[in-house]
Amino acid sequence: MWDYTDKVRDHYLHPRNVGEIEKPDGFGEIGNITCGDALRLTFKLDAAGRIEDIKFKTFGCGSAIASASVLTEMCKGKTISEVKQITNKSIADELGGLPKEKMHCSVMGEEALEAAIAFYENGGIITPPPEKEGTVICVCFGITDKEIIKAITDNNCKTVDDITHYTKAGGACGKCKDSIQSIINTTLGLKSSKDKPKVKLTLIQKIDRIREVLKNVINPILAADGGSCELIDVENDIVTVRLQGHCSGCAFSSMTLITVVERKIKELVSNDLSIKLG
Amino acid sequence: MTIKNIYLDNNATTRVAPEVLDTMMPYFTDRYGNPSSIHRFGGTVRKEIDIAREKVSALIGAHPEEILFTSSGSESDNMALKSFFYNHGPKTKIITTAVEHPAVRNTARILKDRGAALIELPVDTDGMLSVDALESCSIDQHTIVSCMWANNETGVIFPVEKIAAFVKEHGGTFHTDAVQAAGKIPIDLKQIPVDYLAISGHKLHAPKGIGVMYIRKGTPIEPILHGGHQEEGLRAGTENVPYITGLGKACELAIQKMPEENGRVRALRDKLEEELLRRCSGSKLNGHKTSRLPNTTNISFENIEGEAILLHLDESGIAASSGSACTTGSLEPSHVMMAMGMPYTFAHSSTRFSLSVYTTEEEIDAVINVMPGIVKTLRSISPFVEQKS
Repeated sequence: MWDYTDKVRDHYLHPRNVGEIEKPDGFGEIGNITCGDALRLTFKLDAAGRIEDIKFKTFGCGSAIASASVLTEMCKGKTISEVKQITNKSIADELGGLPKEKMHCSVMGEEALEAAIAFYENGGIITPPPEKEGTVICVCFGITDKEIIKAITDNNCKTVDDITHYTKAGGACGKCKDSIQSIINTTLGLKSSKDKPKVKLTLIQKIDRIREVLKNVINPILAADGGSCELIDVENDIVTVRLQGHCSGCAFSSMTLITVVERKIKELVSNDLSIKLG
Repeated sequence: MTIKNIYLDNNATTRVAPEVLDTMMPYFTDRYGNPSSIHRFGGTVRKEIDIAREKVSALIGAHPEEILFTSSGSESDNMALKSFFYNHGPKTKIITTAVEHPAVRNTARILKDRGAALIELPVDTDGMLSVDALESCSIDQHTIVSCMWANNETGVIFPVEKIAAFVKEHGGTFHTDAVQAAGKIPIDLKQIPVDYLAISGHKLHAPKGIGVMYIRKGTPIEPILHGGHQEEGLRAGTENVPYITGLGKACELAIQKMPEENGRVRALRDKLEEELLRRCSGSKLNGHKTSRLPNTTNISFENIEGEAILLHLDESGIAASSGSACTTGSLEPSHVMMAMGMPYTFAHSSTRFSLSVYTTEEEIDAVINVMPGIVKTLRSISPFVEQKS
């Protein structure tokens, strides 16, 4: 059980300002159902340019509900330049703190507010989130190196777990954890720890195991969508495969490849392997 | 308002049965001798361990000498896989399922990193394992197949009898994590050719910290805890006499209560399941409808999130669990729900209710009454639900 403060509990049981404002001055939406949480924020300004009304809707856990609810209270009656001062930290502080694993819920509040302000400042146009700066490190949640560095400098993150708690990066398949660690090392000027020795598979072993995983694990999954995957070649750690059936013409075939084939081969054969389409 | 506790999380852990506690108490107070000692303090308790071993073996149709006491189901699972790897080295091939408990899943993955080959067989959308999938794998004397008897999240019971027979026919070794099945459904190892089997005490009303490793006579086994000669030299460490006697009593009770578990408890579970599916729109059952433990139901409620459901249930004194990402601090929904190919709109809200012989109809009625309101409240704040106003 999470150690939630009484204030968090009060807000998730009795959320304030739930709903959606029609023809809002500000509109911001962050997250989606795949990510496991999402927040829609709408506000209306009065004649003096202060937030007169603000409402939210959220899909998420207790701390996501509480973060959004308390954020609406913090915004009411304030001007745009005043609410620009609100950060994920001030949301968490207002709640009397959040468990560290839940800090990303407060980050979602800050981001939805930023999006709503951008909507207002662009004259009521939903601006697609600006092209993210930097290189995507966490493919599962689309988190870039810049965002990870921001979490290190702004939120004092020191470990891979810290980064995951604040940005979600590394929280799903975990393949990017090594990259996150090296960003932390570089940013904080640490020396990298030595990699633990790994078992090296021979080429024959790699081919045998990949074939077996394709046949018994991956193809039964792809078969559900009328597709299949065939091994073409293995050169060093690059595995070339061909998708057949429905998969081959599918616009998402490269997505399928990354999510199913690469993930399963890395999990069950070796983390060192990467996949390319032949 | 005083809140009555309604405990429906028995697949996580169970209360210690009062009879079990009574059985254990003397071994803390008066009969505290070391079973290895020569004097009567020790000598007389040694016999109690043997009696407990008989009671455990009766629950699963085993011989007493095939029962090894361990600290937990996890230890037993580790012992089976690691012992096999000690004996077969890099030739080891582990075939398991995509929905195993971490005790098996993570142990197998660690052995993969040390050179073993690993296959995790997929399950279908009902969470059921197809025997066909296994039949396409090549199995030989270096292969260990580890397949749980019943899944902890969905309660789905796997076709262990067919799987075990197939594995043995091809000269492989078969291990099963029976932590959820033992005590809830009949297990007869005289009929089913299992080599290793794991049981956990605290899932069947014995305390936490005691488990069982079943090792079929003649199956090779290597200790993973070395030291003294206890348990025939297979597991060092002074025997945990109070817990062992408690587990013996719990197994005896489980045999007595098996008809109630599969009668009254099953009927309560069915009532809970039918009423929740009927009263809550956009809800669906997760897991096979019939091949399932009598005490478990797992239901998803579309477009709402599992931790929020649990927190609201908790306010009504109801304890359940969820496959939602948020409840564990992990960011992905349960690997079991994902392996079943469940859409994300449902995966985050999977809610498990697991009953026990102590569950009453009054408690089930309370959940049936409170749940539709919680679903309605959470949908009213969900951005994925269009407001009808």
